[in-house]
Order: sequence, then structure tokens, then C-alpha cells
Amino acid sequence: MTPGSTSAACAALLRRDLTLAWRRRGDIAMPVLYALIVATLFPFALGPEPTLLARIAGGVVFVTVLLAVLLSLDHLFRADIEDGSMEQLMLAPQPLALLVGMKILAHWITSSLPLIVVAPLLAGMLKLPAAATPVLVFALVLATPLLSLLGAVLVALTAGSRRSGMLLALMLLPLCVPVVIFAAGAVAAAQEGLPWIAPIAWLGAGLAMAVVLAPLACAAALRIAMDT
Amino acid sequence: MANWVPLWLHRLGSPPVFYRFAGAVRPWALGLALVLAGVALYGGLFVAPADYQQGDAYRIIFLHVPSAWMSLFIYGAMAVAAFVGLVWRIKIAEVVAMESAPVGAAFTFITLVTGSLWGKPMWGTWWTWDARLTSELVLLFIYLGVIGLYHSFEDRRQGARAASFLVLVGAVNVPIVHFSVNWWNTLHQGSTVRLLGPSHIEASMLWPLLTMMAATKLYYVASLFARVRADLIASESGKGWVRELLAHRDGSGA
Repeated sequence: MTPGSTSAACAALLRRDLTLAWRRRGDIAMPVLYALIVATLFPFALGPEPTLLARIAGGVVFVTVLLAVLLSLDHLFRADIEDGSMEQLMLAPQPLALLVGMKILAHWITSSLPLIVVAPLLAGMLKLPAAATPVLVFALVLATPLLSLLGAVLVALTAGSRRSGMLLALMLLPLCVPVVIFAAGAVAAAQEGLPWIAPIAWLGAGLAMAVVLAPLACAAALRIAMDT
Repeated sequence: MANWVPLWLHRLGSPPVFYRFAGAVRPWALGLALVLAGVALYGGLFVAPADYQQGDAYRIIFLHVPSAWMSLFIYGAMAVAAFVGLVWRIKIAEVVAMESAPVGAAFTFITLVTGSLWGKPMWGTWWTWDARLTSELVLLFIYLGVIGLYHSFEDRRQGARAASFLVLVGAVNVPIVHFSVNWWNTLHQGSTVRLLGPSHIEASMLWPLLTMMAATKLYYVASLFARVRADLIASESGKGWVRELLAHRDGSGA
């Protein structure tokens, strides 16, 4: 890779974001802890009957992961905007969409991947049948990048605004409805012994579209929100 | 063709011209909306016969269905205005898009409330997780997100541009949500009024419905123009034409 080429810039940005995340390892554990706590609260609230828990386990894990991703999304671009590196990225000769895509990838690796790793544990706590667990992990592997990509567009839009936390949740909800329906639908189908490939295929189609379109939309949104 | 139409549209992009135009159109639109709504309500509540199955309870259709049409129509109008505002950076288009959102949210809310009032006697429940109800609720959230994003920026134009972008994202999202919840669960009756082919509705019930639809559209125009005028006065308060306007008003009022 020649220095200054697009691929070198992308690799450097990815390495920088991963290094920064690794230096603050405690932050990586926070979404995981949050998901564990939320999943633990459900049996207390609903009662410990295994049949009831098994019925809702798939949905609870998805909503828990969604909320954890939502919390971590809030500081996706914040540090870069505060210390001015976002302006440098926008001025860089490389396409902003590609660089933003790298940031989203780094964010997915540091915040969603740990969640996917603990998801079988959460599912086990909630008595999800073992047969449905691989489907759950598969659905999460497709659904979490989709959530990160969609969320990144909205985070970029709120980049220049005063408050964002609740607003982000309000804006993300309509976008994540289809994701939750298909992801939880696949797990529910697997639990009932029905074919589950169709909702997974829809998730994959959505992910393929989002990988192409979301970084472009995210770059456009950043240019709007940072335009002063 | 005479080129006065593009010329007129071009002139309409200027805030003072639009302010005067909106001020001239608004009373007529509002008056006509009220008259048409009165006629439609009379036709719907007194002239149209009771439904053979639902009795008099179906009469809420004359509020419910036009509001539901408007909730989508306003989103479409808002998306077009947002697109125009983002691409050509026309200030009036941004203001129109942003001031459409509260009106659209109100119509969506009316649709949900009247729908739940209708659902209680017919389905035996106020709310059900049916596809159409859910997509309408999601639409309300999108409207609220747009309004919230617009007001979260210090700078109004920047807020308008960010929220316009969200409107376009939502425009892509609404059909996807509708399709996915349809696949998920459905109970709502199918459409009875169709643009193509015969409608499944009696003519004496159809005309109040269409009259009410015209009334809601005119009401939207009147309400939108009033909001745009207020927004323009606020955002252009430093400009010469606003000061002139206020000076003129003070002079004539005193």
C-alpha cells in the first residue's frame, strides 16, 4: 500500500480507532454489562418460569442488544468532533463515505462484536432452547451491523445539535422496526421448528443495501450537520 | 408557452413575496375548508344511511379516513419540499418542509385516536398490533423525530437541513416498515376507496368522504401558510422587509 492512497488511509483510520478503543478497554465492557443487567431484570419482572422465559427469550435478547448498541452509538463521532479530527477527515482527499464506513466498522467491532459473543449466554439465562441459539447468533451477526449503519446516519445528523440522547432513540425506533421484526422472527421460527431462512435472507438483503447506501448517507448527513 | 409560470415560481422563492402570497391565500383556504367540512359532516352524519353491519358507528370514517390520507399526503409534500430545499438550497422549501411536520403529526395523531375509538366497538379493543396501526404509529414517531431534530439545533437553517435529510431517510423507510409489519401481522380491513376500478362504497357515503378530503387538504394549506408566515417573520426578523412590515403595521394600527 502506498502511503496516502485510499486503502492506506482506510487502514490507518481503522487501526487508529481500534487502538483508541483498546486504550480504553473499560468502555468496551460497558455495553456488555448493560445488556447483562437488562437481561437479568426480565426474569425478576416476569417471574422465573422457564416456559414463559423461553417464549420471550429471543425478543428480549434483541431488544437488549438494540438498546446497548443505541447507548454506544451516542459517542460514535463525538470525540472526533470535539478534538477536530472530524474536520480533518472531511477535508481529506479520500472519499468521506469510505472513511466514515471505516469508523462504523471499528465501532461495530468494539461495541457489537462483544455483544454477539455474550448473546448465547444471555439466551441461556433466559432459557432459549439450544437449537435456536445458532439462529440467534446468525441473526445478530446480520442485524447488529445493520443497526450500526442505520444508527450512524442518525448520529451524524445530530452531530451539530445540543442534545442527542433521547432524540437518537426517537429517530432510530422507526428505522429499526423492520430489523427487529425480521431478526426476532427468525428466532421465533427456529424455536417452533419452522424454516427460518426467509427472514434471515431479508436481513441480509437489508444489510447489503445499507453497506452501500448508509456510509454515503452518513457522509452527507455529517456535511450538513457540521456545516457552520 | 408563456414563461410566467416559472418566473412566478421563481419569485415565490423570495420570503417577502411568499409571505404576501400566503397571506392572500390563507383566509380563502381556511374559509373554504370550514364550509366544505361543514357540508361533509352534514352529508356524513345526516344524509348518508347507516351501515348494514356497523350501524351508525361507521360514521367516524368521515374523520378517520381523510386524516389517514392526509397523514401520508403531508409526508409526501414534506419529502418533496425537503428534497427541493436540500438540493437547491431554497429557504422557503426548507421552511415549508419543517412547518408541515407538526400539521402532519397532528393528522397522524387524529387518525390514531379516531381509529382506536372506532376499533373499540368494532374489534372490541382500543389498540391492536395490526400492520396498518403499527405503521401509522411509526409514522407518528418519524414526524416527532423530525420536529425534535429541527428544534435541537441552535441555528434554524442548519436544523432545517438536518431534519430535511431525516425526512428523506424516513421516506425510504416508511414503505419498508409498512411491508415488514404487513408480513408480521394483519387485521385491518382492506381499502374500500380506490383510484382505479370501482370503489367498494355506496355513492351516498363516498361524496361526504371526498368532500372531507378536500376540506382537510385546504385546511392543511391554510394551517401551513399561517405557520410559514410566522416562521418567516421570526427567522427574517433582522431583514428590511420585516421591519418595513412592522413599521407599516404600527403606523396603521396607531
